[in-house]
Amino acid sequence: RAAASIAWAVLLLPPITAVFIILSRFSFLHPIHTISVIPTIACSKIALLGQLLHPRQFVSSVVHCIMGIIVAWCCAITIGGRYETLGYPCIQSDGSPQMCLNEYQLILLLAGAFVGFSHSLLGVIHNMNYVSFHTVQQYKYLRFKGSLPLVVKCSAIQALYSIRNYIVVYFFLGYIPRAWICKTLNLHLTSSAHPLDSIAGLLDLSLFYHLWISATFLLFTWYITLLLFRIFVTEVYSFPVQSSFTEDAHQCLPKVLLTDKQPMILKFLALQDLALLSQHSPSRRCEVFSLSQPGGHPHNWNAISGECLSLLADLTQRLVAYHDTVATNGRAKSLSTGSERKTSSETSGIPVSPLTAPFTPDLDSPFASPALRRLTAPVEQCSPWHGTVQSPHIMRRAPKLWSTSTGERRLMEDRSLRSNKHCRIQFELNRAVKNFLAKRVLIMYLFNKLPEASSQALFADSQAHIWALEGLSYLVQASFSEDHFGVVQTALPSILSCMLVLQEAVDRHFKLPHASSKPVRSTSSIGDSTYKTLRFALRATLKTAIYRITTTFGDHLNAVQMSAEHRKRLQQFLEYKE
Amino acid sequence: MCSLALFPPPLPSGQTTLCESNNELLSGTSTEDRPKQESSPLSLYFPRESLKLHSRTESSSKAAFLDHSETLWMRSAAAWRDGGLTGLLTEITNSHTEVPKWLSVSSGCTLALLRWISSFHGSLFPHLTLSSEDMIAEFSQVLNWSDCVVRAFSWHPHTDKFAVALLDDSIKIYNPKSATTPTLKHRLQRSVAAVQWKPLCASALAVACQNCLLVWHVDPCSLSTRPSSGCAQVLSHPGHSPVTSIAWSPSGSLLVSASPVDTAVMVWDVAAESCVPLQRLGGGGVTFLSWSPDGSHVLASTPSTLFRVWETRMWTCERWPCVKGRCQSGCWSPDGSRLLFTVQGETVIYALTFTDAQVLKQSFEVFVLYLSASGDELIMLDLSASVGGEIQSLSWDPRGERLAVLLKGDPQAVDRPAIIAVFKTRTNPIFELLPCGFVQGEPGAEPRLMQFHPNFQHGALLTVCWSTGRITHVPFYFLSTGVPHFGLSGSPLLPRLQERPSAFANQSLFTELIS
Repeated sequence: RAAASIAWAVLLLPPITAVFIILSRFSFLHPIHTISVIPTIACSKIALLGQLLHPRQFVSSVVHCIMGIIVAWCCAITIGGRYETLGYPCIQSDGSPQMCLNEYQLILLLAGAFVGFSHSLLGVIHNMNYVSFHTVQQYKYLRFKGSLPLVVKCSAIQALYSIRNYIVVYFFLGYIPRAWICKTLNLHLTSSAHPLDSIAGLLDLSLFYHLWISATFLLFTWYITLLLFRIFVTEVYSFPVQSSFTEDAHQCLPKVLLTDKQPMILKFLALQDLALLSQHSPSRRCEVFSLSQPGGHPHNWNAISGECLSLLADLTQRLVAYHDTVATNGRAKSLSTGSERKTSSETSGIPVSPLTAPFTPDLDSPFASPALRRLTAPVEQCSPWHGTVQSPHIMRRAPKLWSTSTGERRLMEDRSLRSNKHCRIQFELNRAVKNFLAKRVLIMYLFNKLPEASSQALFADSQAHIWALEGLSYLVQASFSEDHFGVVQTALPSILSCMLVLQEAVDRHFKLPHASSKPVRSTSSIGDSTYKTLRFALRATLKTAIYRITTTFGDHLNAVQMSAEHRKRLQQFLEYKE
Repeated sequence: MCSLALFPPPLPSGQTTLCESNNELLSGTSTEDRPKQESSPLSLYFPRESLKLHSRTESSSKAAFLDHSETLWMRSAAAWRDGGLTGLLTEITNSHTEVPKWLSVSSGCTLALLRWISSFHGSLFPHLTLSSEDMIAEFSQVLNWSDCVVRAFSWHPHTDKFAVALLDDSIKIYNPKSATTPTLKHRLQRSVAAVQWKPLCASALAVACQNCLLVWHVDPCSLSTRPSSGCAQVLSHPGHSPVTSIAWSPSGSLLVSASPVDTAVMVWDVAAESCVPLQRLGGGGVTFLSWSPDGSHVLASTPSTLFRVWETRMWTCERWPCVKGRCQSGCWSPDGSRLLFTVQGETVIYALTFTDAQVLKQSFEVFVLYLSASGDELIMLDLSASVGGEIQSLSWDPRGERLAVLLKGDPQAVDRPAIIAVFKTRTNPIFELLPCGFVQGEPGAEPRLMQFHPNFQHGALLTVCWSTGRITHVPFYFLSTGVPHFGLSGSPLLPRLQERPSAFANQSLFTELIS
């Protein structure tokens, strides 16, 4: 028996260790993991539902509920009086003494749990874990002081709504937890005191006031924590541009900008620092423009400008790809969820895109049309319907995509479909499934894309691009008088062309429906909704950045090498006609 | 110290100032220069009769309708919507026959308490008792704003176009290169106090209105003469109206706005339509804002004897108390190192010098530009009129070589009209001021508003809006001191100064003492 027990112990050791390792790695409350600088934007109702039912969200809800109960218990103790204990001695009708349930404390504790639960749900819906960076820099104390009234107001209002909902819920479902508590703790209900889940019981103003005060206190502590966290995380950190010691090299601005392994917040802080240094500190700009001591290479400038340009090029590519998807299929393919919806325009079997209409048909270049390319490559013929993921990658090299004429393409695709029966069957099947699904109202509701959400998702991390644009343009502006080695001059053509291409892509994006519609401004919410307007901020910053360069350099820009198209575009900027 | 007495005497009646050339202000009679003025495309004339003025007030329409009996609830809701808490309480107090006695009495008491508090608050800050129109007129940079045909004017910072806000609450945009003159009208665009174009942008125009801020996006290539109100962004914040002053940051990224009712300066991120209030107690409001051309500081004056200079990197501020009155106007030197400002009730221009983020406090009041304090130093104008008085606004040209000062004159005295005095200035290596002359318009026309063109090639161009509704441009042709040529000290003296030996002896009127 002893041997068996030892053997079992040895055998059980690995699974226990595994469980321990898993538990030790599981740091769900680590703030850096729960807080992000890039908001997660749900493009449809089903995606939002998915976020709400995520296991991590479940854990967070449970933790919030428990914390809510604890805080509510503290409140109950502090208020005292009738809220003080859960049970009290009472005498039943038959004269025997026993413990009875104090429903006042129970209702307070459950209110705490309810407020905690609703807070964690609202946190997901309002993207409360998103941290935005302010355009106006202020000291921490002043920023805290400035936000304090808003926090008080928000917590009071949110508590009012939560308590209202809670009372409704308790009125209908209050008897379930009451009975359960009575059963587990062996408490009794007094027949003399009328129960609280009745209209008379809930129409108690003092009870309502205490519930509201406790909920306000609970939300206030959470909001204050959130506010302080945001203020401390987004505080400007000044990275050294270059260091004379090699062991500090990884902390320098170019290095931090380049590495992608670090948490995103570090890269954001570095970009913010870049935007500020390019604007405010001549001495640090001088370091950026300096040459390396042995060799004489502008490593700092190359690294910084290279990273900024790659960020901007990445955004351009994303926009072009998105636009191609929309233009070819007449519908937007969401980036985060793969939900597709059958549009009525597809009933003819051919995707007629209504979005190609605003773009001028370019009949002079039919060979640039993707339909022809598709004819020569029959493998991708089904792509417009169920393979939209791959189509942007193919179309990326065809910038004239949207300029194809619709009628011509319909004809060609008709021909191509007839030539490929296999594809046709597959397509019909797909269509039947989608038709079936489309008739179910709930599914339609869930899978329907939220307007402008895909546009928001495209620009979700645009704060980085805004800083990159600001940093680059200020550096270029400063280089006019401060760059003694002509370091910036070599990169000027690529910077200008990168910005102009992005400008073109952004302009085109804003012509899509829902892209230029303004979101509703919500002032009475602690959740940050800055991400909803990032695309407008990016558009404004981009124009300002190009103007900053053109006003600084003026006619000198005519000496810069660039394509005729870009020169024409730049001329518009030089004449202030954009 | 430098006095108006050292200026060349003002022109006789009937003469208007045309331009400055060869260090001399040239003038002509109004009849002979008329054709020239008409031919210039940018000289405009808005006769008061041509504007369709509306007598639209919110409360006036109420009396036109018959009174009909509504239930108390309906009337209370309407009173809450129209007049807020005060309106509701008044309604309840007035209908004491229908409500319980305790309610009407308690609301009456609350109302009395509110009135007492507000009157106490008003006695601390008297400007809060003004109506919003009067408040704009009081704190505007425009002389006699409420009676002005042209209420606001703004040159585009980079091109030759400008925006004019008129008495009928419309804004017109003139561009010599285009035939269309867009007219901007918006439901919320009322009582325009200031307009300003966004720097580093071709299209955005910020408008300070009675209830909100509007940012118009006027496409310069568009042929439309009436851009729809969808082209305008509405920026509003509760408690931040009327807006009397706005200023764009020179980098074009931020917009600040001020209201005499709100103690906070609003910093707007226009694209995101979000704002950060910079709250500082004291002063009772903010009346005038001016962003330094290098973008490092913002002047914010308050209705009381106090103004602040904000530093724009971390947005901290310094308080500057004035002795006598509130700061009326101010302007920055092109490099942002000097701030000139005037104080209401004094005929003096003060200067503040800023070195690298450090204010030289001791230089406060170092130099004072003395403009005829009391009647004894007035110059006689045309034997019947004299010049001088309080300063309404200051304007410094973008090269820092000409400073225009709009003097209020005395509205009671017929013989002391408002007038613009122009100084020659030099900031490097030391600060110097020399008299240049007076800018006058046709007889009977008072200057109301002035602004320098932001990038005039041949010197400086002062645009003046007159009380008659005329807009004229007075060029000052000179070579910039940045270009190698003989400086001010070597330049020929003004002939009129030579005629007066006393002024001749004192030719350098003010020279800053470097301590």
